[in-house]
Amino acid sequence: MDIQTRKEAKASVLTLSGRMDAVTAPAFEATVRQLIESGSVSFVVDFQRVEYISSAGLRALLATAKLQKNSGGQIRLAAITGSVKEVFDISGFGSIFQMHDTTENALAALA
Amino acid sequence: MAPETLTVTASIEHLDQAISFIEERADQFGLEPKKKFGLLIAVEEAFVNVCHYAYPASTGEVSLSCSSDSTDFVVELVDQGGHFDVLSLPVPDTSADIMDRQIGGLGVHFIRTLTDDVRYRREEGRNILRMSVNITRDPQHVS
Repeated sequence: MDIQTRKEAKASVLTLSGRMDAVTAPAFEATVRQLIESGSVSFVVDFQRVEYISSAGLRALLATAKLQKNSGGQIRLAAITGSVKEVFDISGFGSIFQMHDTTENALAALA
Repeated sequence: MAPETLTVTASIEHLDQAISFIEERADQFGLEPKKKFGLLIAVEEAFVNVCHYAYPASTGEVSLSCSSDSTDFVVELVDQGGHFDVLSLPVPDTSADIMDRQIGGLGVHFIRTLTDDVRYRREEGRNILRMSVNITRDPQHVS
């Protein structure tokens, strides 16, 4: 999995591509922790190029959400479609994360 | 297809190799993407489970076997750890609040939900998890 990060006015944007599985999910968590330590508060995670997510990926997202809740920030997910969306739906994660069609919409929703 | 088997050390670093092994064979049999994707997640969950729990005090091996008949594509995961039936784990509460959510059991929930049939058996000191999906062939390739 590749992780690109960029800073926008209201949030750090993480653009993921590839597979978010038991091997790669720890890198995602580590990246978010580093961003929080360097002052980022809110995050948008762009899933447009994610081909695959397993429970290890969901676990990493949940850990991230818990960190966010402690720091008063928000995490929003963008562009979750197809097979990845199916995993969110059957796990129930689709109803606990705020999801948007695009990163632009997610950023716009951060007041 | 005659069974084909990959045996690796039960360690997360072999996950990619295990998934690739299954994916290549699933592709050969024309498993439709949605079924294949679901099966690969189920295989990952089962594989990671073996890596984490099968050999608590030592290292051991895990074998993945693929086979198929006219209707089903079958993956069996075999380890020689202590008796453990992953299907005995409780169904997770997928409606729980994010802060209360217990992740344990979500992997087995995927194994159950993303395959068409899953069975556990204990045989000669081995745990065997058999997962299968129905083959849906590409209509263009039907002779």
